[in-house]
Amino acid sequence: MEFGFTTAAYVVAAVLFILSLGGLSGQESAKRAVWYGIVGMALAVFATLIGPGSGLWLLSIILIAAGGIIGIYVAKKVEMTEMPQLVAAMHSLVGLAAVFVGYNAHFTMKAVTGPNAAEAHGAFAELVAHKSPVELSILSVELFLGVFIGAITFTGSVIAYGKLAGKVSSAAKKLPGGHLLNAAAAVISLLCLFWYMGTGGFFPLFLMTLCALFIGYHLIMGIGGADMPVVVSMLNSYSGWAAAAIGFSLGNDLLIVVGALVGSSGAILSYIMCKAMNRSFISVILGGFGGTAGPAAEIEGEQVAIDADGVSTALDEADSIIIVPGYGMAVAQAQQNVAELTRKLRAKGKEVRFAIHPVAGRLPGHMNVLLAEAKVPYDIVLEMDEINEDFPETDVVIVIGSNDIVNPAAQEDPNSPIAGMPVLEVWKAKQVFVSKRGQGTGYSGIENPLFYKDNTRMFYGDAKASVGDLLTRID
Amino acid sequence: MTPESALQLQKLGYDCVIETGAGVKAGFADAAYEEAGVTVVDGPDALWSQADIIAKVQPPTDEEVGRLSADKTLISFFWPAQNEALMKEAADKGASVIAMDMVPRISRAQKMDALSSMANIAGYRAVIEAGNNFGRFFTGQVTAAGKVPPAKVLIVGAGVAGLAAIGTATSLGAITYAFDVRPEVAEQVESMGAEFVYLDFEEEQADGSSSGGYASVSSPEFREAQLAKFRELAPEMDIVITTALIPNREAPELWTPDMVAAMKRGSVIIDLAAEKGGNCKLTVKDEKIVTDNGVTIVGYTDFPSRMATQASSLYATNIRHMMTDLTPEKDGTVNHNMEDDVIRGATIAHKHDVTWPPPPPKTKAIAAAKPKEKAPELTPEEKRAAEVAAFKAQTKQQVTLLGIGGVLLLAVGLVAPASFMQHFIVFVLSVFVGFQVIWNVSHSLHTPLMAVTNAISSIIILGALMQIGSGSWLVILLAAVSVFMAGINIFGGFMVTRRMLAMFQKS
Repeated sequence: MEFGFTTAAYVVAAVLFILSLGGLSGQESAKRAVWYGIVGMALAVFATLIGPGSGLWLLSIILIAAGGIIGIYVAKKVEMTEMPQLVAAMHSLVGLAAVFVGYNAHFTMKAVTGPNAAEAHGAFAELVAHKSPVELSILSVELFLGVFIGAITFTGSVIAYGKLAGKVSSAAKKLPGGHLLNAAAAVISLLCLFWYMGTGGFFPLFLMTLCALFIGYHLIMGIGGADMPVVVSMLNSYSGWAAAAIGFSLGNDLLIVVGALVGSSGAILSYIMCKAMNRSFISVILGGFGGTAGPAAEIEGEQVAIDADGVSTALDEADSIIIVPGYGMAVAQAQQNVAELTRKLRAKGKEVRFAIHPVAGRLPGHMNVLLAEAKVPYDIVLEMDEINEDFPETDVVIVIGSNDIVNPAAQEDPNSPIAGMPVLEVWKAKQVFVSKRGQGTGYSGIENPLFYKDNTRMFYGDAKASVGDLLTRID
Repeated sequence: MTPESALQLQKLGYDCVIETGAGVKAGFADAAYEEAGVTVVDGPDALWSQADIIAKVQPPTDEEVGRLSADKTLISFFWPAQNEALMKEAADKGASVIAMDMVPRISRAQKMDALSSMANIAGYRAVIEAGNNFGRFFTGQVTAAGKVPPAKVLIVGAGVAGLAAIGTATSLGAITYAFDVRPEVAEQVESMGAEFVYLDFEEEQADGSSSGGYASVSSPEFREAQLAKFRELAPEMDIVITTALIPNREAPELWTPDMVAAMKRGSVIIDLAAEKGGNCKLTVKDEKIVTDNGVTIVGYTDFPSRMATQASSLYATNIRHMMTDLTPEKDGTVNHNMEDDVIRGATIAHKHDVTWPPPPPKTKAIAAAKPKEKAPELTPEEKRAAEVAAFKAQTKQQVTLLGIGGVLLLAVGLVAPASFMQHFIVFVLSVFVGFQVIWNVSHSLHTPLMAVTNAISSIIILGALMQIGSGSWLVILLAAVSVFMAGINIFGGFMVTRRMLAMFQKS
């Protein structure tokens, strides 16, 4: 009776979750979609509390409430520029929870099948008690997998968080031995699986967890900062698969459904990101930019600097303006000033638009969120494919803190490490201003010929200060 | 030197001297110079004896070269190719001579490229001169007194002068056509608002960048095609401005007498190449003539002098930039750095040596353009065939994937027990639904998507809730921690998503 209700609630919750993800196809429907997700989650938790998870429900509610308060506090306080870190940190929690739940499944299984089976009680224990030996061995494989993926997700996310928050150096680093270490750890984990299947002891499970934790740490350490969008969405995917694997071992369909949804969502995001950078998923995971195919073409000419006066005069004369934001804008927290500049220019009757490259920033869609925070209307924020053809008719392009995504070498220099990556063709505009801190190369360390082009002027300085300077000169 | 540039020169640490009345014709009075702190001296003798660096426009006369000495630097136009004897003499005197016409054509040197400055003026003035001799409006108008057709202007040679002429002509409202042997300038021409005249001619044109941005001699076949095109255009054109020059050569004949004959009465030809023999052989240097069929041909060579104020201020700025490069320390002493591409290129005599011609500059004027690969234009049938092939490939791929997936499922089903298969089917279907749904998520919402998936992946809380009631303290502890963490995630994830989505606004 109770369980019938629970199953029905799970079905409704699953439908709500699917609707919630599907609703994200448009900005307006997305606002409704979040509510579907919230209701779905509430329903699922409620149904579990009164159904199979009835033991210690008071403690559960207190814990959920406590966690919820922290969650709400963090969510309110976080700056939009810190979004990538937050997402990574949250993935690590899911990963760790998956590890713990997997362990619990193991303990319960031991308790039920062990000599003092009477001690174990509760819904899950009952479930386990009805299993046949074959089902039990499948169960152990499932929970083994769940713990494995969960552990990778945990350390991977922690490292990704550290890199995004600047607490760990973002350069690609590997311990001596490189991928061999990862492979060795994976092989040990596999051996542990057979060992675990044979003996059912806790030690192989624990050893495998250590290996998986190491793989997560080492894998993400070896990936450079520029590839973080892929990493974050990949970890997102992993946290989903971990939930699905745990769902299998607990025999809970809702966990499986949601885990699969999240897993495939993350996988698709990773695929889109990789495609936007013209790199294969494997090469991103194996870390860093690969060796170049030959010497990069030499860049001739020099970077010509310009001051705020020059830029504001050009903006005054321009009719159509495209702004290309990048991670630098996020770092300098310049989005408010950029939005203010946009408002002023639009008030003067100029056409101002934003061009967003799929991998701009450190998270898929990062720039859109920042601009939205600064109240830039989303219908003037366009994707690369929508706007790339308009550059030749544009008077002024302002590049704020982006580098690789506007690098003409991707098209012109077959030896460039980013050759073939789709880029915003800003250099086709009549004039390009690049707001940049200094003359150095960007995150990926690739020289950018755009800065040396005749129609490019370098507007050096901190993006926030530079744009603020512009604001005072335009009225 | 203008009063303005004199101020800048003084900032570099120099004292300025000027001959009386030197600026009068360009509209700069002696008094204005004195106000700017320039010493006005009487006559050339005094000037040459007082000054260490002498800047002038025309190449020095024999007498002036005689006045040079080892401690003096002369900056002027020199045309070293034509004045080798003079150059030799100047070198013997030990003086440094910088020829403004030898400034290399690289981006860094543009600010001192006096030839470009003068060409710019010539192009502008050519259109004004043409308008002066042309009996109609440039722009088309419909007035109460009848309709006036716009003038059609053809500009041959799209160098600096040609581009300046294009800009002037289009801003006056004329329909402007332009031609150049270097096809890569078509883009510049079009950016100035003129129409580029393309030839139906298949030949790899030498890339202009290999010759420092100047045009080179073209093949006879190409010339024929070009003349045929001009012959076709001649009757339509009201104004023709020819600017075609090839360095150190006679100007090519591009506008033949029969084209002139084909033009309408009242049409105007401005030949900016008159100095080198003219692009039209009927041109008389420094004169304006009217042909039998009423076409005016202007062969003036002194266009910059006709706009003396403008020319002087531009040239003065060019000289000032040259001085800036010669005085990196801003201390009023010349540092003649022969390692510098620009200074090396422009110097034709230094320390008793003739240093002309200069070695090729280290940096090329324009990066050589890569040959463009043109995708072959597809016929409709080919397009259709390609579409069908793509569709077939897609179908094949999908069927293969489905087949493999089905076989795998069956294989799993053979070994796994039924209870597992139930869950497995749910799993596969969910993955499938996930893929279908996520592809539709718009790119700008990827961050909210991550936050939402993050929140709902804490569905793992269900697992923890189910376990929290069972068994040993260890299980309860681990489950409790999991519930706590998942709680953070659920609330945090949804809150953040809502915050983000609330920010997306329509304008």
